[in-house]
Amino acid sequence: MRGDAGRARLRVTHLGTAVALLAATLLVGILVGSAGLPVGGVLKALVDRVPFVDVDSGLGVIDENVLFELRLPRALMAALVGGLLAMAGAGYQGVFRNPLADPYLLGAAGGAGVGATVVIVLVPGDPGFGVPLAAFVGAVFGVFLSYALGRSAGRGNAATLVLAGVAVSSFLAAVQTFVQQLKAEELQRIFSWILGGVGTADWYQLGLVAPYALVSTAVLLAHGRLLDVLSVGDEEAASLGLSAARVRLVVLVAASLATASAVAVSGLIGFVGIVVPHAVRRLAGGSYRIVLPLSLLGGAAFLGLADLVARTVIEPGELPLGVVTAFVGGPFFVLVLRASRRQVAT
Amino acid sequence: MTVEVRDLDVALGGRPVLKGVSLDVPAGSWTAVIGPNGAGKSTLLRAVLGLVPSRGAVTVADTDLRALNPRRRARLIAYAPQSPNVPVGMTVFDYTLLGRAPYVPHLGRESARDRVIAAGVLDRLDMAAFAARPLEQLSGGERQRAVLARALAQQTPVLLLDEPTTALDIGHQQQVMELVDHLRISDGLTVVTTIHDLTLAGQYADALVLLSGGRVAAAGPPGEVLTRSIVEEHFDARVRVSPGPGDRPILSLERP
Repeated sequence: MRGDAGRARLRVTHLGTAVALLAATLLVGILVGSAGLPVGGVLKALVDRVPFVDVDSGLGVIDENVLFELRLPRALMAALVGGLLAMAGAGYQGVFRNPLADPYLLGAAGGAGVGATVVIVLVPGDPGFGVPLAAFVGAVFGVFLSYALGRSAGRGNAATLVLAGVAVSSFLAAVQTFVQQLKAEELQRIFSWILGGVGTADWYQLGLVAPYALVSTAVLLAHGRLLDVLSVGDEEAASLGLSAARVRLVVLVAASLATASAVAVSGLIGFVGIVVPHAVRRLAGGSYRIVLPLSLLGGAAFLGLADLVARTVIEPGELPLGVVTAFVGGPFFVLVLRASRRQVAT
Repeated sequence: MTVEVRDLDVALGGRPVLKGVSLDVPAGSWTAVIGPNGAGKSTLLRAVLGLVPSRGAVTVADTDLRALNPRRRARLIAYAPQSPNVPVGMTVFDYTLLGRAPYVPHLGRESARDRVIAAGVLDRLDMAAFAARPLEQLSGGERQRAVLARALAQQTPVLLLDEPTTALDIGHQQQVMELVDHLRISDGLTVVTTIHDLTLAGQYADALVLLSGGRVAAAGPPGEVLTRSIVEEHFDARVRVSPGPGDRPILSLERP
């Protein structure tokens, strides 16, 4: 159609590539590990789980257990956390009109850190769900605090919100350090949580996150067009009939929900929210109708790969997942910064 | 549609910017708001649009704009800002399509009709060849036309343009002004522009409103507003005013 020249749209090739990449990552993720599982057996065992299909995988009980109780939930969790963080990052970047905005910018990480540390230090014999629950509550609280502070200071203006987020994050980091010093013998546990990972993922945790993941994903994907309108700034968006403050609030809540649920089960894993949306923008275009869904898929594949690196590169030991993403993300952040400075300069 | 502004007061950061501003813009006419720097010209447009808090009344065809929700308002008045935000990577077509936002359901998407309208506007502005080009690759004149295209895609009876010729060379100034005048006549648009260049304002507008110190200092046809004494008093400039065609004066600076 003639009227479609120059129209940004999610192309089938991009979507197909992202889905294929994610599928490949998931497959490699469940195949690679110290207990070598045969490719054919794994595929057959997966097909066998499809309702009304009966295939003999030839895997022993132990191999089946490794596959379904360790590798599969771990690979799925890495993908879920990566997808949520990347999509939330894209959402924050749309709200703040800043390619460097990140899920951790608004006090989410600081709040989660305080929550997790408080439980580790103060609750003896934590039953297992205490840390994720406290991290979730802390992350939501951190974002809420930043938002309330930013609103009271600048009527919801984007720059004020970012500054409020920075102030709240620093404050919460101080609180977290204070609490952790109360019980130095728990430092190892606190740090291993802070550095992030999905090594303990199981079906129970996946079930905990799934509802939040579904809701936040649905809301964010529905707001792609509105974030495109918001990209001309609050005032021009208002002249186009859009209530910028309302869109900003809804997207912030959804992105923070996604971040908080990811942080709750994986600890602090940085840079996914910057690296993935930026790469998507470069490859497929800047419209949020493209960036949001492709970040979800790309982030899932990216963190799946990162987790593979984390658990194989120093075998039999494991690197914290947050260390792997920071290794990739740190230099990348500088590249993004340089690129965006150049764009401002022209 | 007739635009009426009555006793508009605007204060920004506690400082009064507009005081008791009233103006009438008859349907299908062009009114240019002129005035020295800091007189409140842009603020007047933003207040009419409801982008800054104000007291007083603003009506379009007897409809109180304050009583309308933002979407309904955006179907009555379109706005082309002086220095628009340019979303990096967005194509001219998608930017024009933003003008259809007031018609798209909140969580919905643009219809085929919206896309046809956007493409049609680009055609009219001779911008069809630029449709797929990212905004940041446009020249100043092209970008100005892209902003105009977005405003026109809103298909509103009233068009507010804030300094549409700023940073344009004389040829592009003429092109933009002729274009707006052509659209005004063919579509019956009511046009309000702020504009720095007094001669240019006098050549195109049916009426001028001179803002000075936040108040209306003079209003009327160009020949009545652009007099030597009024310009000298409010702009602190020495000018020669020569009669032009159609009682549209031409101003030139006089060296002291």
